[in-house]
Amino acid sequence: MSDSDRHTIAVLVDNEPGVLARVIGLFSGRGYNIESLTVAEVDRSNSLSRITIVTSGTPMIIEQIKAQLSRLVPVHKVHDLTAEGPCVEREMALIKVAGHGEARVESLRLADVFRARVVDSTTASFVFELTGSAEKLDAFIALMEPLGLAEVSRTGAAAIARGPGSF
Amino acid sequence: MSAEPICGADIVIKALVDQGVDVVFGYPGGAVLPIYDSLFKQNALRHILVRQEGGAVHAAEGYARSTGRVGVVLVTSGPGATNAVTGLTDALMDSVPVVCLTGQVPTHLIGNDAFQEADTTGITRPCTKHNYLVKDANELARIMHEAFYVAKSGRPGPVVVDLPKDVLFALGRYSGPEQGRHKTYRPQLDADPARIEEAAALIAAAKKPLFYGGGGIVNSGPEACARFAELVRMVDAPCTLTLMGLGAFPASDPHFLGMVGMHGLYESNMAMHDCDLMIAVGSRFDDRVTGRLNAFAPNSKKIHIDIDPSSLNKNVRIDVPLLGDCGRVLTALTSAVKKQKKSDGAARKAWWREIDQWRGRDCLRYDHTKPDVIKPQYALERLYELVKDRNPYITTEVGQHQMWAAQFFKFEEPYHWMTSGGLGTMGYGLPAAVGVQVAHPDALVIDIAGEASILMNIQELSTIAQYRLPVKAFILNNQYMGMVRQWQELLHGARYSETYSAALPDFVKLADAFGGKGMRVTKPAELDDAIRAMIDHPGAFVLDVAVDEMENCFPMIPSGAAHNEMLLGPADKAGSPVSEEGMVLV
Repeated sequence: MSDSDRHTIAVLVDNEPGVLARVIGLFSGRGYNIESLTVAEVDRSNSLSRITIVTSGTPMIIEQIKAQLSRLVPVHKVHDLTAEGPCVEREMALIKVAGHGEARVESLRLADVFRARVVDSTTASFVFELTGSAEKLDAFIALMEPLGLAEVSRTGAAAIARGPGSF
Repeated sequence: MSAEPICGADIVIKALVDQGVDVVFGYPGGAVLPIYDSLFKQNALRHILVRQEGGAVHAAEGYARSTGRVGVVLVTSGPGATNAVTGLTDALMDSVPVVCLTGQVPTHLIGNDAFQEADTTGITRPCTKHNYLVKDANELARIMHEAFYVAKSGRPGPVVVDLPKDVLFALGRYSGPEQGRHKTYRPQLDADPARIEEAAALIAAAKKPLFYGGGGIVNSGPEACARFAELVRMVDAPCTLTLMGLGAFPASDPHFLGMVGMHGLYESNMAMHDCDLMIAVGSRFDDRVTGRLNAFAPNSKKIHIDIDPSSLNKNVRIDVPLLGDCGRVLTALTSAVKKQKKSDGAARKAWWREIDQWRGRDCLRYDHTKPDVIKPQYALERLYELVKDRNPYITTEVGQHQMWAAQFFKFEEPYHWMTSGGLGTMGYGLPAAVGVQVAHPDALVIDIAGEASILMNIQELSTIAQYRLPVKAFILNNQYMGMVRQWQELLHGARYSETYSAALPDFVKLADAFGGKGMRVTKPAELDDAIRAMIDHPGAFVLDVAVDEMENCFPMIPSGAAHNEMLLGPADKAGSPVSEEGMVLV
């Protein structure tokens, strides 16, 4: 696909059993990509969850994805944050780096440059917490590779439109 | 809310009655015993006992599609539910409103691999419009009503309600259908007025317009069909229908070109290829209709009316999408077109002249030179002639006979044609006929079948016997899975791998064994009398018609070909080999 674009889609759903399986099943059943997916309840009183999906496809596929999502019965709203204007997109990662000596010190220095926080340390390891764009996380992880990168846990993207509007 | 709590099983029955349900198609089992017990103690609901759960869903589909109402199924847990899966998928593909109640093991056993346990909501999630697992008897009434609302609103479809046995015994409060609307699910019914004006302007400006109607018009209802016919006549444009749409526009109207698609009529497909404006109404640009996409109606603008947003721009780029209910959008569009200038009369005359030339090819003609052999087309022509005045309901199985039936039967109104289009489910027709006959006890209901398809659900002859349903099975018996054999002939060097129907039963004796009447015909001269005997017989009848074994279904757009590359008959096939690309398509 030559004109494949990356889109971040926010889906507001009823927080009921099976709703995530419905969304994921739709993507696997129809052969769409999922780059990342995050979900959590965002409105307890109305029992609503927000799913943020990062996907890619041609404009026609992206339109299909939105139409298919919006016809699922427990789906309230579907917003294409990428298409609807500027948005803020952030991801969090926990990154474990194990090592001694200069490599260990270097990882801490780089963490400082990236404004990563140390959330766990032993004499032989650090766990860094880093928040930012997916690209920033990618870059930091790549730098940690030669310094003893041991394990990575990423949340996937959370995103929200800029400005006072809400949905 | 009613004052006194009642048990879950009673809530189920009460909800069905309050939804106006008069008949349920089902099969009992351990997990649904409480519902069958409640069923036993009342008289408002009739239960039709099928012989396999798959038959129950097809019967409910037949009931739904011949009445415009919701079909209801009741099956047990585990195998009961898994047997229903094919029918549910069929109903999803063809947008048939069905509510299927499945039993489930008690909630505390769910996930324990209990006896007759299956993850029904998991299995049916991709083959239903929506499904529910009820865990609280107090939620049961709301979910039941919501299931009906979801099944019939928007683009209709099947809904499963999975009912654990303990919930059926537990006491809960009942509430009526007024609370049954879903919190947020509200399909859009009216299209954007600006877009309607745009569409009307395109229609007024078109030189070669074509209407392409589908099952969505039938689903929208007889009123929508009337609006559709009104607009077609007003625009004076040719009209084609999909397999699912047959009956949405009167076949006797001169604007009607016949069915479109792979085995559609030459004039329909040529008009679709050459039109400059296509007005698609409740149709979904299925691959059986479009043929090769990059050669599909290359010079046309397209207007598409559909209630399902995911149908718009799915396979084919649409110039003016109109999201909404067919009937309501057509009403708005008709008044918008009325305000437009009258379209170019000379251009329209030229378009009709072109169409008349295509019609002149007489694409349904077939070889009459073998006087002793019944041609399947001839059998259907005679059947149509002899039953057309009785306003029959026709169901079919899947294959050659289905395509011939679609070509040779002429439907004047909706709800009279029940066939498995999207999923192509062999074994659909006989149980569907059960549902149709239950809904219309005095009507003539005929399952046009092939000998291979009908054997897939032949056990339903027993249901037919139990309820004395006068269903007629008209079997075009060519001793082959004819459509598969045809593809083997055209694409696989006539290597008829496993498509010969060996060891066929004697259908006459079979009918007799199930308490019906059977007859076999082998000569064209005997056919009319046999058909008359079938119609005149007051009960179930199986007419086994021995037809030409090697007859192929034409016209045909080969896989991967365009509309203007149709094969019109056996002589065409040498010149048009199927491309490598086409070979891999179904």
